[in-house]
Amino acid sequence: MELQAVLMAAGGGSRMTDLTYNTPKAMLPVGNKPLMWYPLNLLEKVGFEEVIVITTKEVQKAMSTDLKIKDVKMKLDVVSIQEDGDMGTADALRHIQPKIKTDILVLSCDLITDVALHEVVDLFRAHNATMAMLMSKAHEFTETVPGQKGKKKTAEQRDFVGVDKSGKRLLFMANEADLEDGLSIRKSIMRKHPRMLIKTGLVDAHLYCLKKAVVDFLTENKSISSIRGELVPYLVRKQFSKTVNSQKLKDDTDDQTQEKNDGPLLISSRDEPLLQLAQERSCWNDHRGDMSEAYHGGKLRCYVHIMDQGLCCRVNTLAAYIEVNRLAPKLFEEPSVHPSADISERCQMGSDSIIGAVCHIADKTSIKRSTIGNFTTVKEKVKVTNSIIMHGVTIEEGCNIQGSVICSNAVIGRGADLKYCLVGNGQHIEPEGKREGELSYQTEQPN
Amino acid sequence: MADSGVIDGPGRKDEIERAKSEGKDLTKEEKQRLRKEKKQQKKIKEKKDDKASQENEKEKKPVTSAAPASQPPTQPTVQKAPSAVPATAPVSVPASEASVPADKPTKTKAELKAERRARQEAERASKQTKKGETGQQAATSKPKAPPSDLQPVVKRLPEHIQVDNPDVLKKLAKKLERQQIPLRSDYGYKVSLFSHLHQYSRKAPLTQQLSIPSTVIHPAIVRLGLQYSHGIVAGSNARSVALLHAFKQVIRDYTTPQNEELSRDLVNKLKPYISFLNQCRPLSASMGNAIKYIKKEISNIPSNCKEDEAKNKLLNCIESYINEKIILAGVAIAKCAIEKQKISDGDVILVYGCSSLVNHILCKAFEKNRKFRVIVVDSRPRLEGKEALRRLVQKGISCTYVLISAVSYILPEVSKVFLGAHALLANGYVMSRVGTSQIALVAKAFNVPVLVCCETYKFCDRVQTDSFVSNELDDPDDLIVTRKGTTPLEGWENESSLGLLNLVYDVTPPDFVDLVITELGMIPCTSVPVVLRVKNVDQ
Repeated sequence: MELQAVLMAAGGGSRMTDLTYNTPKAMLPVGNKPLMWYPLNLLEKVGFEEVIVITTKEVQKAMSTDLKIKDVKMKLDVVSIQEDGDMGTADALRHIQPKIKTDILVLSCDLITDVALHEVVDLFRAHNATMAMLMSKAHEFTETVPGQKGKKKTAEQRDFVGVDKSGKRLLFMANEADLEDGLSIRKSIMRKHPRMLIKTGLVDAHLYCLKKAVVDFLTENKSISSIRGELVPYLVRKQFSKTVNSQKLKDDTDDQTQEKNDGPLLISSRDEPLLQLAQERSCWNDHRGDMSEAYHGGKLRCYVHIMDQGLCCRVNTLAAYIEVNRLAPKLFEEPSVHPSADISERCQMGSDSIIGAVCHIADKTSIKRSTIGNFTTVKEKVKVTNSIIMHGVTIEEGCNIQGSVICSNAVIGRGADLKYCLVGNGQHIEPEGKREGELSYQTEQPN
Repeated sequence: MADSGVIDGPGRKDEIERAKSEGKDLTKEEKQRLRKEKKQQKKIKEKKDDKASQENEKEKKPVTSAAPASQPPTQPTVQKAPSAVPATAPVSVPASEASVPADKPTKTKAELKAERRARQEAERASKQTKKGETGQQAATSKPKAPPSDLQPVVKRLPEHIQVDNPDVLKKLAKKLERQQIPLRSDYGYKVSLFSHLHQYSRKAPLTQQLSIPSTVIHPAIVRLGLQYSHGIVAGSNARSVALLHAFKQVIRDYTTPQNEELSRDLVNKLKPYISFLNQCRPLSASMGNAIKYIKKEISNIPSNCKEDEAKNKLLNCIESYINEKIILAGVAIAKCAIEKQKISDGDVILVYGCSSLVNHILCKAFEKNRKFRVIVVDSRPRLEGKEALRRLVQKGISCTYVLISAVSYILPEVSKVFLGAHALLANGYVMSRVGTSQIALVAKAFNVPVLVCCETYKFCDRVQTDSFVSNELDDPDDLIVTRKGTTPLEGWENESSLGLLNLVYDVTPPDFVDLVITELGMIPCTSVPVVLRVKNVDQ
């Protein structure tokens, strides 16, 4: 077996609590499919047969009832962990370490992409890398987000990513939050790779190919709790640390505790001498201009594949959620109207709208650029533009909904006018209510 | 069909039988032509024969010629025609045979000669029509059909040099489908002289069409294939060592299924892997020899051997093969070269590209305190000489670096030329990186001795006299280079009259090579078949 897939679906969606306070992030509907269906579909298309899904009990229950997830033909090995939120992604990997028998491919449930996965995995295979990851050029979100006053850009922490001139080898990775005194790069890195490109406009897709040795390393180093925040920068730094590159460490003796900790990282495969011989005899080098051998003799290598075309989106903010609802349906060749939906003939439906199962759309409605969830009822003379309506929603007559997100089981009273609002689960908007740019929650007062 | 005589009859029947067996259809024109020729021959004979025999044949002729005349209109499918033709042939042959014995004593030697000549011309004419038809029809005609007309021995051409033959491609596609390996498609316009070879692009790797946790092909082989196609493992020795390393992993992870024998099943398991590696990059001669050795070892495993024992035995065999044929051979060659004063003090040695063996020899000679300097010749697009330069300078050898265009300027300084080889062919030709034959030629012109260093496991019993018949086409996009922000060759695919050619190998004739240093000693180039014969006898 070459790779095992691990899907991290226990995330809480801390950056979009408006949506996730009732529905877990992994089950948020995007284009009428649960969010976690998209990475599962990606894995299935590529040829995986089994996936280990790490999630909470709540999500596990929701998964067992969801039709789309039941459609997935792969074998899903669901591991549930506590919901208290203290477990980071690396802690979760440590938790499932007994199940891991080979190298792993770690995905996050909020990743929606159409990347050719072999690009990332080929880097991992060809260079015998310790880690290979996927990143994408970030795109501006153009839609207005409910609850945001004007076009205020939230101050997202930028990621500084340094790659070599081929654009494949990862040399430097740090988050703005960790660089208080400015960006400093070690001279040893500059000596080995004099040309480094530092990019800030990249989105980390949270798709990592990791060697099995890394998981073993995690079991020994319990201090690392997040893959993205701690493990990846650690591995990137470790590529150039002196202990890794020295010749003597090939037999990984445990002279010092430092070496002992890194021991598992350096074991790549048996028959190391034969691989070494092949590399010696091969007339290939990954760089030119200095006296060192291929890869500068480093055993630890991290690679990145940067996508510049195609869709790659992480749904962890409200803006991303709205954007992805617009784009995701275009990935598939499915009919935009579910066959079981009951749509009257006098309804004006745009071609880029999606209607879910068992919907009732009455006469004289206009639905443009919107997503309507399953079991939703839309009465007459309703105008829905640019909105996302989730499952089980009732929209009474004469409503005008623009640029809004209506969560499951909400009821919008007659004649309501909502612009750029977010209506929470099970909320009622009173008839003739006028809201603009507001978020309604469980709280009693409409705010 | 009318048959004039026994001699002609069987000949015609044979031809028709052959045509029928090869699945060719006789068109109306061809049948008419054959009929005309037969009539002509009959007329020749009729003039010389007795009246009685003539009357006999004339009686038969209208009968039988009427029959075929009515046959074509009545037969809707052409396929029936060949079956009907021999059906009528035996009908008429016994009839004419009855009359022929009466004719035989009347025919003179001249008549027999004339008949034979006429028959030969008729056969030649029908062969030409047949050849014309094979050009038109995309039938199941095999490429060996024309040669088999001329000689009884069937020569089989390897698949990888028949890429412009659609039938061969179809066969290859079928074979790969059976083995569940994706077919890699050719890329770009191929220069016409080399259109019979594969040309792949590095940007379309074979892994695009494989499932990601590869189940059909062992992961070690997928990794190896990727490394071959990206050029990470390049060079004859490196490729063989990496191949054997991957095979070791395959053998380790192998379990014999029920009711199967390891000796037979493991060989069958290895076949799709070898096809896969061949698709990633055509196999080298050294890899081919290594594979032959492993297959032989596997099939020699006795059936009563337990699985673990057998696996250990195989792993040891592989280890010893690498040790003997590659590592120790290299050591022996270096020793031979240094001790027999092939590298003496004050020498100026020219090397081309990056040959692991030549680098090894030079490093060893430097360690033994020989005073020499090296000139490294390099060529685009691979620029492997830079890697050779790095390795030699790291040891402390003083080097000069030139491009191959400067070789005639630098040769007056050179005292010896050391070349590495990818393979040594059975007629003494040396197959090596493209540019080697050029260097050997110029060295010969300057009377500089050329020494080729090659281990015996790279000897192969192929015969080649030119670099066109069998070669490897690398990715043509490698030739595109960007200087000062401009890429002149960008969009070369859109130019209809432009083709990029990136050859990998060429062959050097033995006249230009003075000595071959192998672990068996120093032999002239023409002794390669002797070594091969001795090796075969040993095995």
